[in-house]
Amino acid sequence: MKFHTTLFHRFESDGVPFAYVTPTAAVVQLDEMTSEIIDNFSDGEGAEPGPWLETLEVDRQPQAREAFDELAAMGMLRPVGAPTAPPEQQPPMPYPLATLVLNVTNKCNLSCTYCYEYGEDRVSNQEKPDGTPRLPMMTEETACKSVDFLLKNSEGRNGVSITFFGGETLLNFGTIRTATEYAVARGQELGRPVAFALTTNATMLTDEVIDFLVEHKFGVNISIDGNKGDQDRHRTFSSGRGSYDIIVPRIRKFLEKNRPQGRPVGARVTLTAGMAPVPETYHHLIDEIGFDSVGFAPVTSAEDREYALADGHMGQILSDFEILSQQYVEAALAGKRHGFSNLHDLIQEIHQGINKAHPCGAGLGLMGVSTEGELGLCHRFVESGEHGLGTIEDGIDEQKRSAFLNATHISKKIPCHQCFARPHCSGGCYHEAYVRYKDPAAPNLHYCDWIRAWTDLGLRSYAAIAQGNPEFLRNYESASGAPAPAIEKDEVNR
Amino acid sequence: MKHVRAINQKARLIEERFAGAEDSVGPLAERIPFGCSTQLAPGWEVDSGGGTYGLCTPIERDLYDCYHSCYWPAQVPDALTNFADWSRSCGAPVQDWSSIDLVFP
Repeated sequence: MKFHTTLFHRFESDGVPFAYVTPTAAVVQLDEMTSEIIDNFSDGEGAEPGPWLETLEVDRQPQAREAFDELAAMGMLRPVGAPTAPPEQQPPMPYPLATLVLNVTNKCNLSCTYCYEYGEDRVSNQEKPDGTPRLPMMTEETACKSVDFLLKNSEGRNGVSITFFGGETLLNFGTIRTATEYAVARGQELGRPVAFALTTNATMLTDEVIDFLVEHKFGVNISIDGNKGDQDRHRTFSSGRGSYDIIVPRIRKFLEKNRPQGRPVGARVTLTAGMAPVPETYHHLIDEIGFDSVGFAPVTSAEDREYALADGHMGQILSDFEILSQQYVEAALAGKRHGFSNLHDLIQEIHQGINKAHPCGAGLGLMGVSTEGELGLCHRFVESGEHGLGTIEDGIDEQKRSAFLNATHISKKIPCHQCFARPHCSGGCYHEAYVRYKDPAAPNLHYCDWIRAWTDLGLRSYAAIAQGNPEFLRNYESASGAPAPAIEKDEVNR
Repeated sequence: MKHVRAINQKARLIEERFAGAEDSVGPLAERIPFGCSTQLAPGWEVDSGGGTYGLCTPIERDLYDCYHSCYWPAQVPDALTNFADWSRSCGAPVQDWSSIDLVFP
């Protein structure tokens, strides 16, 4: 019987060979013998183990057999033509929700030029299917009903998360406060913890708001693009005036009050053409302003926008990420945390061996709610009509949900089947795909090379930590029973 | 595992399953009575990963079960009358299985 290698990515750290096994998302360290076997069985046609073993010196043969069996057990070698596991698997439906994102308003007091909600790439529609305008603000009643809806549709989970989103979320602080207090009370009655999160542009972080966010231990994500020049280039008021000078004193005040008892606060940077180098932005936000972490995301846009990132920009971003990753690894080797959240999140996925059938939790454990109580795949798709998934009143349209999850399952994304980075990427963001290809189920083929290079960087950084400070890896293991902060953190970005 | 070192949590899970498969075989194998038609040993070919290491009756051992205890007589030469020495080159089948040759009556 002939055997051949499966899909995996080999990489080195400090001269030691490692592999990331795509079918399972396992990370393993190889030795000389396993590396030799891989080299000899990597031809797609396969090879017979018997004749190959005979080519080895007799005293190496027992070792070779053992190594061969270990590679097979790890799923790195398999018989040629052996059937693969059947595709199209869905989790047991209806899948319990973990996070609900309440779009408490679709209005904003800034006019960021690249905004997908108001700009040229918008998917939301300010009118309902019947032609009447949507409410600009979610009522307290709708928000409280959303809380009940989440608690009802998350049976089997202990904790749940509610994320408030906009527009500028804090324009509707009244509803946020009422819904939060209601959720705390309902959670206590049911004995189920509810965690809160919110994304804001920080223009409305008043003392009252700050005290409230700290008291309820909100996970706060602040959209800020870096130094004054970068922030004011795109993140402007409608008059064209920049927002940096308004927000930074408020952010500092919030960070100061939040630090003793609150959760870590993240900055969320949208990368556009013409910005300062990423490490500079990172150090400005961490060292000069005082954020706990910074996450960077390339702007979502069609190719021809003036702020869109071209291939050259993406290459530069990767080089910049490499610099920050080195700093991250150095910190980890010294037992310290570093705030480069893109890498932290990637390494967490790598360490746990997360292998995704869908790129994110949208439509699965996470849904968005519009100001009117309509359910959408996520906060980016609420109000888009065609991607609606029911309402909080009538419940989830399970048929539509299943159809969507079937259509977007990794087994349907044929180009991904040859890609080693599949467990992490799984085709990428639905909204990004919709903006680029007018189809949320399309794999985001425009950034495959970048994702592979980024995944490789994450793997090398991970291996360096595993070699130099294996104890530190415990930081990536999730505490059981806690609500899913990863989903909240990963998905709810502007 | 000695040659493939599990690093992340997923790899460790697979390793534990692999080790568990071996453990469950050991004590069971010792209790199996010798002789044909008294035992049931399914899955002798390869396991789901394509290996034989963790199976209850891998080919290396199956070979002698066929020979000594008429477990699967059609698969091995007739050692009683015609090919008494057929396995001379294969004292320990786990090591030497590849040195067994065909016989031609």
